[in-house]
Amino acid sequence: MHTDAGVEARLPIRSDMDLVWVRQHVRQAAARLGFGLVDQTKLVTAASELARNTLVHGGGGLMEASHVADGGTDGLRLTFSDTGPGIPDLDRALSDGYTSGGGLGMGLGGSRRLVHDFVVESVPGSGTTVRVTSWVSRPPRPREEA
Amino acid sequence: MSEGFSRPVAGHVPVLRLGDVLLVTLQGDLYDSMAHQLQQDLSETISRSRVTGVVIDISGVEMVDSFLGRVLAEIAAQTELLAARTVVAGMRPAVAITLVELGLTLPGLRTALTTEAAMELLAQPIVPSRAGGVREESP
Ligand SMILES: Nc1ncnc2c1ncn2[C@@H]1O[C@H](COP(=O)(O)OP(=O)(O)OP(=O)(O)O)[C@@H](O)[C@H]1O
Ligand SMILES: [Mg+2]
Repeated sequence: MHTDAGVEARLPIRSDMDLVWVRQHVRQAAARLGFGLVDQTKLVTAASELARNTLVHGGGGLMEASHVADGGTDGLRLTFSDTGPGIPDLDRALSDGYTSGGGLGMGLGGSRRLVHDFVVESVPGSGTTVRVTSWVSRPPRPREEA
Repeated sequence: MSEGFSRPVAGHVPVLRLGDVLLVTLQGDLYDSMAHQLQQDLSETISRSRVTGVVIDISGVEMVDSFLGRVLAEIAAQTELLAARTVVAGMRPAVAITLVELGLTLPGLRTALTTEAAMELLAQPIVPSRAGGVREESP
């Protein structure tokens, strides 16, 4: 069983320096839970996109990281929340290339592809919460040769 | 004081001049503001000096998100306008896999597997296609 020390955290997202801490924490937590290098990189990249959205569009907020377990499978759950303006049209925001600012518009739709579960809750005028979860993939059990 | 993981690098990104080429080595995790600073520094250096190429070594970079991807693409576009070429060298496989899934294929970006290969690429005359002066790899 994994220890949750080094996985569970609540980190503020108030500056581009905080984005660095968020990425480093996610890298470390994912490694600790047993994610492989490519999956670690996907999680860190998704976290970077979502944390930057929290900072830039949400006016700052928080990331919470937690260890989740489903049967024998370990997962990492990351929740990004802010009390910013919210997202009026979620479908549009999730589509590739849509940006209300000067971005590429790849962050939200792209990070959804990088994780296993992706949930956005947004209330215009009161804030946005994005919760993502990925599961450690176990190497398939070698099959018996017939 | 020892830390379990690397601290972000503060300050400026070192830019080294090797003949007509600027070699930039990105290492660790960059603040957004440092990436922007690098972008600005590079165009100033190129326009001041007679540099014909820029090699950005990202073999020490563990993650490229849409922000850093855009900065790299903008540096390449800027150097092109200043009559120089940029080659991004040494992207880690995990970073490449992630970038494609993110949806960022950065079509305008020249890449090479190593800084040596990038320098060789820049030493070649500019050709519009693979034909001509560039030798094809044997199959
Ligand atoms: N936390 C948030 N609060 C308010 N609006 C948001 C939030 N996150 C995303 N959005 C909205 O969704 C749009 C799309 O987000 P996405 O991350 O895909 O693109 P971007 O941030 O504009 O550009 P990029 O991430 O490529 O630099 C944003 O332009 C913004 O309008
Ligand atoms: Mg974004």
